[in-house]
Amino acid sequence: MSDLDPTQTIRHIRLHVNGVLYERDVLTRTHLGDFLRQELGLTGTHLGCEHGVCGACTVILDDQPIRSCLMLAVQADGARIRTIEGLAQADGTLHPVQEAFWDKHGLQCGFCTPGMVTTLAAVLEADPTMDETAIREAISGNICRCTGYETIVDAALQAASRMRGDR
Amino acid sequence: MGARYFGAAVKRLEDPKLITGRGQYLDDIAMPGVLHVAVVRSPHAHALINSIDAAMARDHAGVVAVLTAEDLGEMAQKPMPMMAPAPMVKTPLTQSPLAHGSVHYVGEAVALVVAESRAIAEDAAAIVMVDYDPLPAMVDLVHALNDGAAVANQALQSNLAGTLKGGFGDVAGVFAKAAHVFKESLSLHRGGCHAMECRGVMARPDPSGNRIDIWSSTQSPYMVRRALALCLGMDEASVRVTAPDVGGGFGPKAVVYAEDYVIPMAARHLGRALKWVEDRGEHFVATTQQRDQLWELEVAADAQGRMLGIRGHCLHDNGAYLPYGVVLPVTSMSSFPGPYALEALEISLDVIYTNMVPNTPVRGAGRPNTCFVLERLADRVALELGLPREEVRRRSFVQANQFPYETGMKARDGSLVSYDSGDYVQCLDLAMAKFGSDFKARQDKARAEGRYIGMGIASYVEDTGLAPYEGATIRVQPNGKVLLLTGAAAQGQGHKTVFAQIAADQLGITPQDITVEAGDTSLFPLGIGTIASRVAVTGGSSVHMAAVETRAKAIKVASQVLEAQEADLVLEGGFVKVSGTDRQVSLGQLALMLHGNFGQPLPAGIAPGLSATAFYEARQTTFANGTNLCEVEVDIETGAVKILRYVVAHDCGTLINPMLVDGQIRGGVVHGIGNALFERMIYDENGQPQTTNYGEYLLPLATEMPRIEIVHMESPSPRNPIGVKGAGEGGTIPAAACVISAIEDALSPFNVRLKSHPLSPQDLVELVDKA
Repeated sequence: MSDLDPTQTIRHIRLHVNGVLYERDVLTRTHLGDFLRQELGLTGTHLGCEHGVCGACTVILDDQPIRSCLMLAVQADGARIRTIEGLAQADGTLHPVQEAFWDKHGLQCGFCTPGMVTTLAAVLEADPTMDETAIREAISGNICRCTGYETIVDAALQAASRMRGDR
Repeated sequence: MGARYFGAAVKRLEDPKLITGRGQYLDDIAMPGVLHVAVVRSPHAHALINSIDAAMARDHAGVVAVLTAEDLGEMAQKPMPMMAPAPMVKTPLTQSPLAHGSVHYVGEAVALVVAESRAIAEDAAAIVMVDYDPLPAMVDLVHALNDGAAVANQALQSNLAGTLKGGFGDVAGVFAKAAHVFKESLSLHRGGCHAMECRGVMARPDPSGNRIDIWSSTQSPYMVRRALALCLGMDEASVRVTAPDVGGGFGPKAVVYAEDYVIPMAARHLGRALKWVEDRGEHFVATTQQRDQLWELEVAADAQGRMLGIRGHCLHDNGAYLPYGVVLPVTSMSSFPGPYALEALEISLDVIYTNMVPNTPVRGAGRPNTCFVLERLADRVALELGLPREEVRRRSFVQANQFPYETGMKARDGSLVSYDSGDYVQCLDLAMAKFGSDFKARQDKARAEGRYIGMGIASYVEDTGLAPYEGATIRVQPNGKVLLLTGAAAQGQGHKTVFAQIAADQLGITPQDITVEAGDTSLFPLGIGTIASRVAVTGGSSVHMAAVETRAKAIKVASQVLEAQEADLVLEGGFVKVSGTDRQVSLGQLALMLHGNFGQPLPAGIAPGLSATAFYEARQTTFANGTNLCEVEVDIETGAVKILRYVVAHDCGTLINPMLVDGQIRGGVVHGIGNALFERMIYDENGQPQTTNYGEYLLPLATEMPRIEIVHMESPSPRNPIGVKGAGEGGTIPAAACVISAIEDALSPFNVRLKSHPLSPQDLVELVDKA
């Protein structure tokens, strides 16, 4: 097999995930979602379609929400990643988006939830003034089969308000 | 004792772990030493298998085994049992766990590759060489029964699996006397499950070979246990099936699939723990769907627009097999006459085999189909007679003074279908009031501006609380906390929360004091499954019964401990108290006492444990109902449809948790909107699926979905102790019909008639252009 065979080629990567520095040798074909789940045991990141449409696998990479099924683990070398497991504070205090999902019944089966929450956490941390239209646009790459989206939007609006300090 | 939690919008007990990434869905469960399975699937819609050459795959580094039907023997070759036997089917066809000699749809499981990683298993699956002899595929429902049509399976003489017939009254007489008779040809498609978590199965055999643990992302762990115990020749007690956190079900996860059989079989064969997780590509071809129905109907109405009778015939595509018997067409049949008090009805459905993925219920089962048909007929009567559409419904509905109302139809057990309670006219009027009375003026104004808005309407009745039973055990522990065990697992509905609400009120504790365990066959003896909007009625009632019994036992024992009359005792804050005094004993102390001590007899006449088990048997059906209204705008240049408003008036009896019921309704409506506008599973003329990713098969997205305004009516059901009716599918059932009705109204200046769904923008532009 040649050095370029992605089923055989291994590269060394270093990255921060939820504040912890990890170093691993990874097959170059391993996508970031599989890496987080299988190598680091962070199974809160869910794989829903593995072709970049459903958004369940979204994680926050250098402050941007990205689909971990569309990025190879080797491409995340040197990155700072936050997953659903890293959103709450160390003392268990929930991120405002997590808290709002609970308050507003923003989840049913919970499978799309990590991707919804990470997407919204990233975009609202960047801009907590988003209105309903902007929020719907922001989650237009996240599919939920259970809720019909309305309570997710309500949760995002509540979280935005709290993140602006409106409480 | 007043209801403090029953009826309240209690935040879910399920959520803390799910919002922090600590859910345990099937693929998240740590299993040391597990091997990974990829399934080799048929690329042909219909073919003979000449040979399977797995030599190259077996030589692939990391591959542990390649297993075919031949390797696993008779149990893998024998067709799986039908989950709901259908004696009327002359040639009942079900799939084998692994294909043996022939395949009948693209995606049918042919072989397993077991490897150290999923990636290796997939690499090797691609080099399992299967030599097929393709046969003609039957994918043309219209011509499926014609002479000379290709048969979907060589075991068949004809593609007709069977014909269902139902009805009542003097159909010929009613049609002869009716002032008006109108004919319609209608067709519809439902699409797939598309739970965000695909299916998955894991199995771990005991080293002795005498036991097996199975995890399945299923709605029916007890059905998986039953099927596997029978298939493997094991005691049910030796087969433990757990439904872990399940990421959505929507019907198709209630089926016991080939993979549910073959993963445990292969695990036993190899003596290794195995895991198979369906990927999305497999979900499109191997998870059951609901496919097409073609209807020819006539409706008879009197001069005032009251619908009197309906007769019709349906071609129902059931795909390659009947895993669920004819349950799906039966639900279409038994959903007639909907909310309408007809004098006569005559319906037949031909159930057709085709070479497409097998059909089983998707949210609503055959009910949204029948609702679409009935509502298109009601709209037609209104259009022809120049009546408001809501008025045809008011005049045709079962009226409030008619309950309990026998429709004339027979249920599956042969009993007469009898609607229990409700006021369909009032429910419709609640929807109309919420919608407001200014629509016509706005529509006229919009048309003057060259914009096309329309109002849609659809009403429905849903049979809920399907027989036979669910059960629950409530056990107070010595620390005062309560364990609630049940077979009725959830896939997102929030059963733990509503069960805890029901029990908390009876026991004088909070829902947070209750731990609910569901969906593990080792924890509760019997269960049926979470399907058909049945668990609030069956599971909820059983929890109520067990809680009432536990409470009575607590009072009985406490009356001895406290030396007080039972009538003077109340349960409050975790204690049994003598009303108006400070004398009390905690539930935990009572539980400790009834757990017993060495050598000390329990109080006379008291059985061990502060606990009770109850089964609620659903011997009579409960019927939810509602009316939906929506407003759409159609862009006649692009065919784009925008849903501007959506109003639901809904009556599912007594509400346990209105927030969760609203969640069921909203999600259900959006599923129905998807059916109306987006979801289309296309096969080509050779039976090749053409829409196998989310770029080609469209699901509703946040940007397209409206807010859904909900009004509740609560007509308690007299048929169960808590007055509830099911709510899981009532959102979906009328939604597609409502959206189509609105689009037709928007396009009424063009006299466009809509007879099918889903409708694409291209379809609408063509219809407007032709007009």
